[in-house]
Amino acid sequence: MKKLGPYLILLVLLAACFSLATLLQERAAGWSKRGQSDNILKVLLGDGRRLFANHFFVQADVSFHGGYYPSLFDQANRPKDTSHLTAKEGEPAAEEHEKQMNFLGPPRDWIERFGRHFIITAHTHLEGNKEREILPWLKLSAELDPQKVETYTVAAFWLRNMGKVKEAERFLREGFLNNPDSYEILLELGRLYYENNHDPARARKIWDLALRRWSEQAAANKDPDLLTLDQIAGNLARLEEAEGNFARTIQLLELCKKASPHPEALQKQIDELKQRPAARPPAAAPGPR
Amino acid sequence: MNTVLALSGVVIKELYRRKDFYVLFVLTAVITLVMGSVSFFHDAKIVRYVKEIALLLIWVSALVIAIGTTARQIPAERENRTIFPLLAKPVTRGQVILGKFAGCWLACGLALIVLYLFFGVVNGSREHHWPVLNYCQAMWLQWVMLGVVVAFVLLGSLIFASPSSNATISFIVVLGILLLGRYLNQVALQQPEPLRTVVYGLYFLIPHLEWYDVRDLIIYDQGLVGWLDCGLATLYAALYMAVFLLGAWLVFRRKALNQ
Repeated sequence: MKKLGPYLILLVLLAACFSLATLLQERAAGWSKRGQSDNILKVLLGDGRRLFANHFFVQADVSFHGGYYPSLFDQANRPKDTSHLTAKEGEPAAEEHEKQMNFLGPPRDWIERFGRHFIITAHTHLEGNKEREILPWLKLSAELDPQKVETYTVAAFWLRNMGKVKEAERFLREGFLNNPDSYEILLELGRLYYENNHDPARARKIWDLALRRWSEQAAANKDPDLLTLDQIAGNLARLEEAEGNFARTIQLLELCKKASPHPEALQKQIDELKQRPAARPPAAAPGPR
Repeated sequence: MNTVLALSGVVIKELYRRKDFYVLFVLTAVITLVMGSVSFFHDAKIVRYVKEIALLLIWVSALVIAIGTTARQIPAERENRTIFPLLAKPVTRGQVILGKFAGCWLACGLALIVLYLFFGVVNGSREHHWPVLNYCQAMWLQWVMLGVVVAFVLLGSLIFASPSSNATISFIVVLGILLLGRYLNQVALQQPEPLRTVVYGLYFLIPHLEWYDVRDLIIYDQGLVGWLDCGLATLYAALYMAVFLLGAWLVFRRKALNQ
C-alpha cells in the first residue's frame, strides 16, 4: 500500500473534526447547565464574577467620592450600605455618612504627612451632572452580578436625576427580569412612574406589587427591611390620600408607623385622617406578618 | 560621562529594536480605545472610566518595560560573554552600572512620553480640555519612581541567579510597596511588640513608591501637587537610586564574571 503523506493525514483529521463538530454541536448545548442567554463574562468567570461585581460597585462609590475613599485598612469606616449614594444633604443617612468618611485622622508620622500631598484628602461628592461618571462601573457590576439589586436602584436613581428616564426604566426592567422578587427595584420603578412620568395609576400598581413582594419575603425573614417598607407604604399612602381613599391611607400609615423612627408624627397624621369622612371602604392591603 | 552615555545609548537602541514596547503600547491603545468606544446609557460625556483604565495600563506597561529591560541587562552581557570585550576597553565597572541604569531609565522616559502623549490625545478628544501641566507632573513623578525601580532591579540582577527570578521578585516587591506601603504603619500599630517595631522599621526603610502614583489627581480633575513637594519627592527618590546603585557597584566590583 502506498504510504500516506502527512498532509493527507492532516486533511483527513481536519475533515473528521469538522464532521464530528457538526454532529456534536447540537448535543453539546444540552450537556452544559448554562443556558443560551449566558453572556461571555459568565462563561469566562463563572461565579467568581460576583467578586469583580462587588469591586466595580465599590469603584462606583469611589468615583462618587471623587477618589476619597477608605482603604481596606480603614474597614471600620467603609460605608456599610448604599443609602449615602442616593441620600440628599441634611438627611440622617448623609449626616451619618459624613461622620463615617472622616477616616483619615491626623498623620501618624512624617511619611504619612508628606504622602498626603499626593493623594485626595477632601470628602466631596460628585455634582453638576458629573454623577454620570459612576454609571459605567454600575453597568459593569450589573453585567457581572445581575442579582445585585442595589446596582439597579442606584443607577436608576442617578439616571432619573440626569433626566435619562427611558434609560433608567430600561435598566430597572432589566434588573426586575433578573430579580423578579425584588421589592427595591419595584419601589424605584414606581418612583420613576410617579415622579418622572407623572403616571400615578401605574405607580400605584407597581408599589402595590412591591408591598406584596415585601410581605412575602418578610414572612421568611427574621430581620425584615423596615426602611424600604416605610418608603413603599409611605408612597402608596400619599397616592391613596390624593385619591381620597382615607381608610386605605390609614391602613398604610399604620404600616409605616411600624417601620418609621418617628411614629408619633405618623400617628398624628392618622388621627387627622380619622377625623375626615371615610370615602370608600379599604381594599385589602398586605401587611407585615 | 561620555562612556556612560554611550553605554546608555546601546540600551535605548535595544528598547526600540525589541518588540516589548510595541506590544505593550498596542495593547494599551487597543484596550483604551475599545473601552472608550463603549456607550454607557447613551452618554458620550462619561470619561473618567477611560482615564482610569488608560492610566492603569500605562502604569502596568511602564513597570513591565522598566523591570523587564533592566533585569536582563547584565545577565545578558555575561551570558553572551560581551561583558569581557566591554570591560577590556577603558570602561570601569562603575561606568557599566551607571550606563546600564541611565539607559534603562531614559528608555522608560521615552516609553512614558509616547504613552502619555497617547493618553493626552485620547483624553483631550473626549474631555475637550488639556491639563498639560498635570500630565507632565504625573509623568515626571512616575519617571522618578521608575528610576528607583530600575536601580533596584539592577542591584537584583547582580544578586539573583537568573533574570526571571529577579523580575518576579522585583514585581512582587514593587507591587507590594505600591499597594501596601502607605498602610504599613497602620498594620504595625496593630501588632504586638517586637513585631510592631520590625514592621514600623520596614515602613521607614522601604522607598515609598506610592507617593509617585498621582493617577487619582488626574482622574478626578484635582489640582497640581505643590512644586516644592514634587522637588522633595524627587530628592527622596534620587537618594534611594543612589543607595541601590552604590549597592550594585559594591556587588559588581568583586563579582567573578566567568561563572
